[in-house]
Amino acid sequence: MSELVKKAAALLESKLVQVVIGYGKGTGNRTRAIFATQVAECENLIFDSRCVQNLAVYLTKLEIKKLGKPAIVAPVPVLRSILQLAVENQIAESDLVILGITPESELIDFESFASIETFLSTHKIEIEEKYTKTIDAIKAMPVAERFAYWVKELEPCFKCYACRGACPLCYCTRCTVDDNQPQWISVASHPLGNLEWHIMRAMHLAGRCTDCEACYNACPMGIPIHLLTKSMLQDVADNFGSYGPSLDKQNTLSSFKPDDKESFIR
Amino acid sequence: MTEFEPKIIAFVCNWCTYAGADLTGTSRIKYAQNVKIIRFPCTGRIDFMLLLKSFGEGADGIIVSGCHPNDCHYTSGNFHARRRWIMFRGLLDMLGIDVRRIQYSWVSAAEGSKWADIVNSTVNTIRELGPYTEYEKVAGYLEKEANQ
Repeated sequence: MSELVKKAAALLESKLVQVVIGYGKGTGNRTRAIFATQVAECENLIFDSRCVQNLAVYLTKLEIKKLGKPAIVAPVPVLRSILQLAVENQIAESDLVILGITPESELIDFESFASIETFLSTHKIEIEEKYTKTIDAIKAMPVAERFAYWVKELEPCFKCYACRGACPLCYCTRCTVDDNQPQWISVASHPLGNLEWHIMRAMHLAGRCTDCEACYNACPMGIPIHLLTKSMLQDVADNFGSYGPSLDKQNTLSSFKPDDKESFIR
Repeated sequence: MTEFEPKIIAFVCNWCTYAGADLTGTSRIKYAQNVKIIRFPCTGRIDFMLLLKSFGEGADGIIVSGCHPNDCHYTSGNFHARRRWIMFRGLLDMLGIDVRRIQYSWVSAAEGSKWADIVNSTVNTIRELGPYTEYEKVAGYLEKEANQ
């Protein structure tokens, strides 16, 4: 991606941006986020199939905001998160420069958030069949068995909050789980606390999640928490039409229709 | 052994269901005593964490009730709540938390007999389902360990 390096260097040189958020070489065969503030550092920028971290998470972090206006390397999942952050008024068009990357690994420029939406309309979120099958299989279990399955799946969680830290949409400066007056969630690695924490995390992403799987990729214990958010995406589609960020649509849970349909309220 | 008496927590809105439950009393309608009513300004204020806390503290069933659609004192609180419940119910179902233990309803200030009916039928449902031992086991994990 020498083009990417050139473009990033030009942006820094012209002082249009003060930092380039991109992918660089990490430990072993991994990649990691790098923050280039000097033209020479742009040489370290890479992009390949190993670059799965969602860089949009840094756009709302105070430490990164301090560095100045960013340019961000943005493959499709990052673009989706950027659009969702725009829907939630967390970033403005003038706040950043987007170095878009198509699924074919070609550079693409975006003039505005609206142009990202146009581009994403041809790259819609699709839940892979292997996931829909797993979700269906879980939902087909008897209720007690399903509960036991999740209690066991969530057992390794020791609340490192890597899922929260990796999620571009978990940008609250104060999280319910950190509250201790009252303490909503037991922060010990306790089955009830684990259950409540993951319900809360999923609910706070309901109708907002853009299915980037950053939470699952970040989890050191490999807990399939992305199944919860994926199942909620299906629920959004089943009950309210469509999912995915859109500039002229409010978040699912921030809006309503007087004739929303349900079958369980008496 | 004494018969199982379900513990039920009701989260109700101040303007409709709470007044409705009041009417049940002033109309001298008798209904099951298993319910503990908690009054909220609006169904839109009922955070899903409160429902989880009820189960965690030993409730066997929950009633959530408020104004009928279009009757909200704050215009749209119940519409927002309805969307939240739809999503929350789907998530709980995915996680294997028994959604039959949470009864949602619209009870207006004039529906005293409907409130009695909702409480009675919920108590019956929970009586059939029995105590929520699966959740209690999870909630009491540390206590059980300490007692061993």
